[in-house]
Amino acid sequence: MALPDLPAHELVAKLKARQVSAVDIVEATLRRIDAVDGDRPTPGGRAAPDDRRIHAYLSLQPERALERARAIDAQLARGEDPGPLAGVPLSVKDIFCVAGTPSTAGSRMLANFVAPYTATPVERLEQAGAIVIGKTNLDEYAYGSSNESSAFQPSTRNPWDPARVPGGSSGGSAASVAAGMAALSLGTDTAGSIRQPAAFCGVVGVKPTYGRVSRYGLIAFGSSLDCPGPLARTARDAALALAAMSGADPRDATAAAVPVPAFDRALTGDVKGLRLGLSPDYVRIRYPDPGTGEIRDAEIDPQVKGALLAAAQRLAAAGAEIVDDVPMPNTSFGIPAYFVISRVEAASNLHRFDGVKYGYRTPAAVDDLPAMYRRSRGEAFGLEPKLRILMGMYVSGAQYAKQYYQRALRVRTLIRRDFDAIFDPAGPYRLDALLTPTTPTTAFPLGAVYGDSVLMQYADLLAVNANHAGLPAVSFPGGLDAQGLPIGLQLFGRDWDEARLLRIADAYEALTAAEPWRQARPTALSGAVQAG
Amino acid sequence: MSDIITPELFTYLVNLAALELGPEEADYLRRQLNNQLKAIRELERIPVPDDVPPAAHGVTFGPTERPALRDDVITLSGLAAAILAQAPEIDEGYFVVPEISHGPA
Repeated sequence: MALPDLPAHELVAKLKARQVSAVDIVEATLRRIDAVDGDRPTPGGRAAPDDRRIHAYLSLQPERALERARAIDAQLARGEDPGPLAGVPLSVKDIFCVAGTPSTAGSRMLANFVAPYTATPVERLEQAGAIVIGKTNLDEYAYGSSNESSAFQPSTRNPWDPARVPGGSSGGSAASVAAGMAALSLGTDTAGSIRQPAAFCGVVGVKPTYGRVSRYGLIAFGSSLDCPGPLARTARDAALALAAMSGADPRDATAAAVPVPAFDRALTGDVKGLRLGLSPDYVRIRYPDPGTGEIRDAEIDPQVKGALLAAAQRLAAAGAEIVDDVPMPNTSFGIPAYFVISRVEAASNLHRFDGVKYGYRTPAAVDDLPAMYRRSRGEAFGLEPKLRILMGMYVSGAQYAKQYYQRALRVRTLIRRDFDAIFDPAGPYRLDALLTPTTPTTAFPLGAVYGDSVLMQYADLLAVNANHAGLPAVSFPGGLDAQGLPIGLQLFGRDWDEARLLRIADAYEALTAAEPWRQARPTALSGAVQAG
Repeated sequence: MSDIITPELFTYLVNLAALELGPEEADYLRRQLNNQLKAIRELERIPVPDDVPPAAHGVTFGPTERPALRDDVITLSGLAAAILAQAPEIDEGYFVVPEISHGPA
């Protein structure tokens, strides 16, 4: 297997055994990017009609990466330990500040912003030896589920089919990991923004417990929902990355003072006796008809459901106990509540962009300060940020807040109670994890949903409640559909119990190692795998 | 059913949001807002008992989760120049902005 396709933990082992150097790894990764990624997206850019490149990276930092690689090689030569992620190529969603790099949030507003400091999770991953290769594309300010709303075009393509979206908002992160352009990526998850693209691109994505990972240096979207987390090609890699980035941080009062376990030590391969729940509320969806707005009930894609049931069966054969018919009655209210809560938080967070301290300012002559604000924000924000600000303003207005915002926060309590009931050690279900699909369908074609802001939001229906409830969830590969597109399965767990979810995902990798779909490669790599 | 976000209410929100919009953009945004409100109205269908409190966060931060307060000391970032360098216009360490009008209150 070529270096860019090896899992992070194998790269570290090879490096420490002195079979490869960190410079070799970085150079091979840069060659892979050169072979498959195509031109860097720009504000107002567009793709050629026959373009099959992935366009995951917004910016590359090859000099910085090679300098770090040389430093790691020198550490090894001196007999020092360069860390548990030594030499691992890392991509970073461009919503994190990395000192000295453009940090754009996928917005025209920040197209020229160069971060003066580095986000805590990035700093910690680098301290563990990971090497930042570049920053990846995303929906503007992480507002979307397809990557198409980025101001930087062409938006990221799905490596398994470049005519389809990679998911979002961490779409560039997921695509970069799937195509060997990084072994790990740092993303963020506010309603599924790590897990949904991980599912669409056939990789592992972890939304940690709220407070597990510091948000310092993250350009904020929904401050009560945002969770930084890893994307990786294996559960073991995700465990190593999560351990490196987690823990309390004096610069973020919401980073919890909870001990960080060595997540990789929990990966025993054993699922015997674990109680895994299946819920009927996660195999059907309620969503508004795009034409009439009427609420409809539908089954999820039968192939996705098939992969879920196959996984349950296989895990049961390995000794897990499957608990059927677990009720999650408030599941369908996750998106309506999210429409309210996330918009209020987004509107609040976006008010700092005013053309004064940093970011875009209109070049037009204006009469006074308020006109400058309106013009700068009007010119630099895309449609999705504007929509979110306006909705946030409306539902938090004094005369409407009780009906919308306060009610949504109380519905959030009901959603949390669904999970409390199934994980209660004295309750009727006593689950270790709830096993569900990550998404109702596999990756959809570019342009199929974009523009319908309601339908796009419903792409997160099966993922969003982990954010409302704050608890951890992991998406892991569960097969391919008839079109060869990845299917993602999801595990929800108790607060701070990421280790158990990763243990199950890791065990499932071992249980399915011989399956043909495990050997399948993204189509974008055909002809490019020799590079690197 | 008539739109909840009428053109008048929309104009009011756009002003609050400090946005300047083109006409096509405004039409699209107002239509999407009204569509989203149809989905949000689902919230009214849920019986929410009076004793259900609002949740500002999903995870309860008790004494074991809540980090200790930092000491109340000033720490300098040393980044003032790098931060100011990001501003569209500065003059001797000050941000420069267009005139702040003092019209009738």
